[in-house]
Amino acid sequence: MAELNTGGGEGKKGGKKVRSKKQNAGVDLTAMVDLAFLLITFFMLTTSLSKPQSMDLTMPDKIKDPTTKPQEAKESKTMTILIGKDRKLKYYMGILKEPYQGVGPTDSTYGQNGIRKIILQKMANLKASGQVGKDGVVVLIKAIEEATYTDMIDILDEMAITGVEIYAIQDMTEEEKAVMQ
Amino acid sequence: MAKMKKSSTRIDMTAMCDVSFLLLTFFVLTSTAKTPEVHPVDLPVSTKETKIPSDDILSITVGQENVYIGIAGKEDRKDILTRMGQEYKIEFTEAEKNAFAGLENFGADIREMKTLLAKSPGDRMQEEFHKGIPYKDSLNNQLSSWVRNARESSWQRKESFLKVAIKGDANEQFGTIKEIMNILQEQRQNRFYLVTGLRSDDF
Repeated sequence: MAELNTGGGEGKKGGKKVRSKKQNAGVDLTAMVDLAFLLITFFMLTTSLSKPQSMDLTMPDKIKDPTTKPQEAKESKTMTILIGKDRKLKYYMGILKEPYQGVGPTDSTYGQNGIRKIILQKMANLKASGQVGKDGVVVLIKAIEEATYTDMIDILDEMAITGVEIYAIQDMTEEEKAVMQ
Repeated sequence: MAKMKKSSTRIDMTAMCDVSFLLLTFFVLTSTAKTPEVHPVDLPVSTKETKIPSDDILSITVGQENVYIGIAGKEDRKDILTRMGQEYKIEFTEAEKNAFAGLENFGADIREMKTLLAKSPGDRMQEEFHKGIPYKDSLNNQLSSWVRNARESSWQRKESFLKVAIKGDANEQFGTIKEIMNILQEQRQNRFYLVTGLRSDDF
């Protein structure tokens, strides 16, 4: 359509006969395409196609309500993750002073080969005795003030990946702070 | 002798034109312009992909221990500013409220808000005017006031619960984030959306 048909070869045969120029039916679209692409580029660059994602976090109510009892968790189901400075990470089971099955504060790392294995192992152990989902593992996350926000998000992400249903962010006790030093 | 067909040097652009306009239409219709931010932060990454609701939300940006607030909705912004004015005994004129309605996010002290709103629209977003919203002093906790007024506004006008999103810088100390969460929890705002980016590396 955009071709120009200005009768190429025919002109030679006809000699010097003067012809009225054939009107070209096609429109030159080059400029229009140029403009369209310019606009496309503009919109592509200014658009934020994907909205940022988020993590839903619900914290327990701080204002004490005397009618509700604090949730109790069995020692055997509790796992505490301690987040320290400079990506330091420790975990222990049960109570700090007398850890469950002797698993006291142990060093670990972030990611699939570190803490995730431990959580999945713990979940598998509890699953063997039929404790899954809301009856399963309870993870307490405690971070010191100097830890970064990324550390906390990484651990919360770990909760999402492993599918731990009950977890809570708590303040670190003095004993735990001493362990993290 | 058969003549060689002369091939045209021109390309038919009709199809190309069609496609490009189709794409153009798509982008025009789907685009929501990026909102300029007073203080852009590096978001931490996660694998979770919960989308953030786009209306009735108050976003708190935390970076270098400074706090910035973003409120969705022009009408909401006007109403919240009026409420803040009542609390801090500052009378805002209609022009100032309209100017505030155009501010997607801000980090200015309420007592300096009048000066900020008197500036030309182009200058309002400059970082020097946004030193962060005071929140460390319990006697002058403006962050708390903003959240309270925003919650009241959203409840009284729309009967909906305000949602709060926290946009923390990846390298921010957790202590700062905890302080913000404590301020929110004092008002029984226990549910937050932690804004993150998408994790691309193998975690």
